[in-house]
Formats: sequence, structure tokens, C-alpha cells
Amino acid sequence: MTGAAAVSIRNVSKTFGKGGTKALQNIELDFQPGEFVSLIGPSGCGKSTLLRVIGDLIDPSEGEAIIGGKTAHQARLDRDYGMVFQEATLMDWRTVERNVSLPLEMMGWDRSTRRERVRELLELVELTGFEDHHPWQLSGGMQQRVAIARALTFNPSLILMDEPFGALDEMTRDRLNLELLRIWEATGATVVFVTHSIAEAVFLSSRVVVMSARPGRVQKLVEVDLAYPRTNDTREEARFFELATEVRELLRESHDAREEA
Amino acid sequence: MTHLRRLLAEWAPALAILVVGLVGWEIAVNVLGIQKFLLPKPSEIVSAFWDERSVLWPAGWYTFTEAFWGFVVGASLGIAAALVLARFRPLGSALMPYFIAASAIPIIAFAPIANAWFGIEKNSKIFIAALLCFFPVLVNTLRGLTSVKPQQVELMRSYAAGNPAVFRRVRIPTSLPYLFTSLKVASVLAMIGAIVGEYFGGSQEQLGIQIKNSAALFQFETAWAAILVACILGIGFYIVVSLAEVVTMRRYPSAGRSRR
Repeated sequence: MTGAAAVSIRNVSKTFGKGGTKALQNIELDFQPGEFVSLIGPSGCGKSTLLRVIGDLIDPSEGEAIIGGKTAHQARLDRDYGMVFQEATLMDWRTVERNVSLPLEMMGWDRSTRRERVRELLELVELTGFEDHHPWQLSGGMQQRVAIARALTFNPSLILMDEPFGALDEMTRDRLNLELLRIWEATGATVVFVTHSIAEAVFLSSRVVVMSARPGRVQKLVEVDLAYPRTNDTREEARFFELATEVRELLRESHDAREEA
Repeated sequence: MTHLRRLLAEWAPALAILVVGLVGWEIAVNVLGIQKFLLPKPSEIVSAFWDERSVLWPAGWYTFTEAFWGFVVGASLGIAAALVLARFRPLGSALMPYFIAASAIPIIAFAPIANAWFGIEKNSKIFIAALLCFFPVLVNTLRGLTSVKPQQVELMRSYAAGNPAVFRRVRIPTSLPYLFTSLKVASVLAMIGAIVGEYFGGSQEQLGIQIKNSAALFQFETAWAAILVACILGIGFYIVVSLAEVVTMRRYPSAGRSRR
């Protein structure tokens, strides 16, 4: 392996409560810098838990996550990653501009530098002109774009996304998928993306981590050998369908195995 | 101009009700021959309100200052306690049932005891008003401070935020609507606490004593006029708190409030 992995998950297990459900069991994964990795699996497979272990928002019961050679804890304190949740999680009392600049305020940037940076990011997510709007005045898709802009403000090398488009309609989701790829290519960041949509995982990712539930385990890593930049035509390629079918069958296998158990 | 006209149109029905109500009251007392000690005519109340203005307004002001300081002390302590309990959650959840029980206690029943503790003058009334304000402010503010979405806290943690930053940037703004709801309730309770506290004894300068003595001396129109003073001051107090809310919430708007 050359250089430090962007994310290295070493034998991570997580049990909630004493003798409770085993959310994650012996997860071993390495993500390379600049990779776009999706975590997919049935509900209860611990994909969101794994994302939070990477972000040091949950402590693993065993093992550890190493982010760019640092402990997850140190990486969080150094603000090495940006997080996007399923809900946009914007502050109602802040305007779009002040929501995006929130992390910068906390990092002590001065006002004019903040303003300049927010302007760039709103341009990137195509929300120029909405600076003074409040979150509730925006559609769900626009709110999520604000959340993405906010996660990118301080130029993190890693972006963690927890089903960011899960609550959106399919048209909006497809459009935001394209936008996200464009942003990813522009920033060169590593993305770890949790989803339960097979099409989304295959369309976006360079690799898909298929997980199975109870206990949460890595079932298989699927290499997505579709060329970037991907476009709407990618969704109609034969290879896209093959890969989607492969992921679907893996998910079904793990489901059937659990039914029999 | 059109703004003024719209305002008039909006308030016209309410004003009409007021006028009809007062006229109906006046006529009913005349026609049915209701005794003055049961219900004086509005015109008599208004003339007592005018004739006794040099006594009633200073008394009203005196009582209002009691309510005001009770409100300030009770609400401040309530907010401070909520901040502490939101910071130390296990303590908060251990004490919460008692606070909820305490806010259901008829605190006014303590008024005679408060007289023994703090003397018959202002301080005992301030104590009762403060005690009445304390619990609702505490319970509501604590609820506001802890009703933050878990994801908002996770988001702040992802920016390496510690507890103070989470408080300042998430918990406190989230709690503001809850806080103001309780402050409006407290403003009303403070006025009630001060006046009813005075019924259990106090000096002549107090509005509650004026109401009690006038009623005892069969000067019912004066008693009603004094109650009118209490109403005006109480409503004024409530309006001031509401205005503070409007001003604050303009800076910290929330979806639920600002959406029409």
C-alpha cells in the first residue's frame, strides 16, 4: 500500500448496551484518498454506525478507525472531515449564508473571508442569490445543497454522508447525484456515502461496500469500473445494470441467509 | 393609510363587542336593578377610576414594582437553574418530577407564611411572585434546551465543538421560543402573585389592600376601579414581554413561528 489510507477501519466492532445487539462485527476496510465509497445494506447492518465511528461520533467497542494516519478522535478535533446527514440539519434561525459559514465562525475566520468563501460555495452548489433566505423557505433538495456547501466550507479531505438524499424524490435525487459527482471531482475529497439505494450506490461510487445485518458485517466489496465523469447516459449502460444486479443479488443473499438462520 | 384602514378593519369586530358589552352591562344593571355591591355600572366604575386616580395609580405602580421584581428574580433563577440542569442531565432528570409537581402546587397558599418570613411589606410579595414565576420558566426553558435534535449536536461535534459551543450556538437559540412562552405566562403570574399576596396583609400603598378595603367599606365601584388598574398594568406587562419576544425572534426566527 502506498501512503496513508484516507480511512482505515481496523477490526471495528460495536455492541450497543450490555450484551445488546451487535451492530458491527470485525469490520476491516481501507479507503484510498480521492475514492468515492458507498456503504449499502439492509437497515440494521450498522452502516450509519460505521460512518459515525469514522467520524468519532460513536466510540467502537473494539478496534479503531484511522483517518489519514491519525486517530478518528484527533481527525475530528482537527476538523478533517465534513458531515452531511439525511436531514439537512440546518439552523432555522440562521440564513443560508450564516448556516454555511457556521463552521468557519467556529474556526475563527473573520467576516470578510467567511463571506468570500460562502459565496464560492453557494456558487458551487448553484444557490447564488439565496444567501438571505431561511432554511424553511427552501425545498428539501435546496436545503440538502446548503448542507453540502456547509460540509465543504473548510475544505475537508474527507466527506461523510449519511443517506443525504434519502428523503428526496427520485428526480431531485438523480440531479443531486450528478451535482455531487461534479463537486467531488472539483474538490478531490474522499467520500464515504451511506445509502440504501442500489442505483445511487453504483452510479456514484468507485467501490461499493455491501453489508449484511445482525451482526453488521462486510459481505463483499464491489469494484465499480464505470468511467468518470459519469453522466445520465451512464445509468443506461449495460455495465451499470450488471453491477446493480450484482449488488442486488448480494443483498438478497444476505437477506435469505438471515431468513434461514 | 391603507395600512391604517386594514388595522381598523381587523380590530373593528373586537371593538364592537367591547362597546356592545359595556352598553349591555350598563342597561342590564339599570333595568334589572342589580345592587351596587353585586355589580356596579361601568359608568360608575369609570368615574371612580377617575376620581380616585391619585390613590389608585400610585398603589397600582407600587404593586407593579413588586410583580416586576418578582418576575425578574423568579425568571432569572428559573433560567439559571435550567442552564445548570441542562448541563448536568442526570441531575435534571432526577429533579424534573419534583419541579413539575411544584409547578402544580397552589403557591399562593404560602402567602401568609411569606409574610412571616419576609415581613408584611414588599419583600414577601416579591417572594410569592418570584416563586410563581420560577417553576414554569425553569420547566419550559429546560425543555427547550434539551429539545435539540441529536443530529444538530452531532453536527457541532463534527466541528470539534465542546459543550459550551453547543450551548451557545444550538441549545440556547432552540430554547428561545420555549423561554418566551414561559415568560409570558410568568408576567401574568407575577401580577397575580403580588396582588393576592397583598390580600394577606400589607401597607395602604398596595393595590391589593385598596381592593380589599374598598370592598370591605362597600365602595364597590372603587374596588372595581382598582381591579381595572390591575388589569391595565397586567396587560401592559404582558405586551412588553411579547414585544421583547417579537424583537428577539426576529433575530432568531424559527420555522414554526415565522411561517404564515
